[in-house]
Amino acid sequence: MNKSKRNKLILTILSIFVGLLITFPLLYALSLSFMDQGEMTKYPHKIIPSRLTLENFKTALNTVPLLKFIANSFIVSICVTVGQVITASLAAYAFAFYDFKGKKLLFLMVLSTMMMPTETTVISNFLTVSSWGWNDSLKVLIVPFLTSAMGVFLMRQFYLTIPKEIREASKIDGCGNLKFLFKILIPISKPAIASLSIYVFINTWNQYLWPLLTINNGNNRTVQIGISMLQYSEGSSYSVVLAGAILILIPSILIFILGQKQLVKGMTAGAVKG
Amino acid sequence: MAEQSLKLKNMKNKDLSRKILLKSKIKLRKKIEPYFYLIPTFIIFTLFVFYPFIKTIIMSMSTTNIRGQIKDFIGLENFKEILTSPEFYNSIFVTFKFVLIVAAPSVIIGFLLALLANNKLKGSRIYELMFSLPMAIASAPAAIIWTMIFHPTNGVLNHLLGTQIGWLTNSKFALISVAIVTIWLNIGLNFIFLLTGLRNIPNELMESAAIDGANYLTKVKNIIIPMVSPQMFLVVFMNLINAFQAFGQIKLLTQGGPGDSTNVLVHSIYREAFFNGRFEMACAQALILFVIMMIVILLQFKFEKKGVHYQ
Repeated sequence: MNKSKRNKLILTILSIFVGLLITFPLLYALSLSFMDQGEMTKYPHKIIPSRLTLENFKTALNTVPLLKFIANSFIVSICVTVGQVITASLAAYAFAFYDFKGKKLLFLMVLSTMMMPTETTVISNFLTVSSWGWNDSLKVLIVPFLTSAMGVFLMRQFYLTIPKEIREASKIDGCGNLKFLFKILIPISKPAIASLSIYVFINTWNQYLWPLLTINNGNNRTVQIGISMLQYSEGSSYSVVLAGAILILIPSILIFILGQKQLVKGMTAGAVKG
Repeated sequence: MAEQSLKLKNMKNKDLSRKILLKSKIKLRKKIEPYFYLIPTFIIFTLFVFYPFIKTIIMSMSTTNIRGQIKDFIGLENFKEILTSPEFYNSIFVTFKFVLIVAAPSVIIGFLLALLANNKLKGSRIYELMFSLPMAIASAPAAIIWTMIFHPTNGVLNHLLGTQIGWLTNSKFALISVAIVTIWLNIGLNFIFLLTGLRNIPNELMESAAIDGANYLTKVKNIIIPMVSPQMFLVVFMNLINAFQAFGQIKLLTQGGPGDSTNVLVHSIYREAFFNGRFEMACAQALILFVIMMIVILLQFKFEKKGVHYQ
């Protein structure tokens, strides 16, 4: 008993230690972002500031319109998330509850989009949206991502676990198809929707290549592109850049922490069934 | 009398035919209804995945102007040019090296973390969160943070090791450094998938092994690894795809340098298209990447039949 207790304690301490090791880069950045600029360049190098200062955050916010970038990222991420939930739910509804001609082929087409690396489409897409004059607008960051194979697949897997009796019973009660989708199916698939939303939101928030190509105008930049403006702007020291990085990390980390359980459940649901 | 009955019959017929019409209308509606639900998804996929994919194939066999408009069809000339250029072989070599030194450690570290976290203890929620947290981090802030860690004079890494290595500027270390950042970004996802697999192993299986006196390593080898092989397969698959496509951190940390030592295929595609304005060459390289990834994926699926154990 005592020995197993001691083993558990050792295991916990070891785990926490490894956890600190993995999160070290983040903690390090957090620590430096509160450090005085003078102290930062001193040698030997310090890891923990002797005095905490908010100066770096203020400078970061004053040097580039970081709050505007954060707002842009929020708008884009929320639109993409809502859009994907809607389109994926509709498509998954068809795939899970109907039999129709070409169902297998269409589903395969959806899955095949997962196999195509971004690079095989990104150049043509860039040329397409440029010819439409969509560059430098927020819609160019939203519209191409309004659906995803991952979303359709995840929702379909969830719908397949719903007993057929529920569909039959609602039919007898005179529940139409769309009514069934919105009044019954979507409410009971809240867990799947939650995990899809968290996944899509974080992914969209973190997107890099596409906004890098399509947004060149300062005002509509997202955080991931805007942050490099800070890096290249005159007179911003590294602690200021780190403070900016911390600021743009907060939303995605917060959502990850709050939604971790949902995210894990949803993402691994398909994996467990094998 | 007869007239009336005829009228009645007529009316009945009309009613019946209306019913049939209604029924067939419902049937028709039912038949086309699922397609309606698929319209939004397929509009987006057609515009932004299928069409550009085909256009990429056409562009790879053409010449284009600086604005990416197709000029002439030249067949496989672009591929010929690529396959005879030494830069391309360097990119392929760097890509495979990168994939190998990223995917293998990412999977192994993810698995070790899952083993460590397998027993639910007090505070397990906290360290599970710590193990998986990097997966929420974008490549841009990650690159900023690691640039500081790798800094030759002020960086904490050199400070701890007592060295003065230019991690990102020395062609000997640049690829490894970029790989370390990528591994760090990847392990969270691997950890989560493998942990789910571990926790799904029936308790009786582990207990009976314990009764048989199996030590921990034998348990790992004979029970855990076979039992998590489905998740392991998925994780390897995802890591291969991710490693082939890593871009943000490479662009931000080294720009493919120094001396092309980190110029993986994806970065080379980006450079061809958006710096050199040679869209057709970029498209051809992208298709080569696609074929390479397909071959790797197919090989992996072939291996699945032998190595993966499904319950």
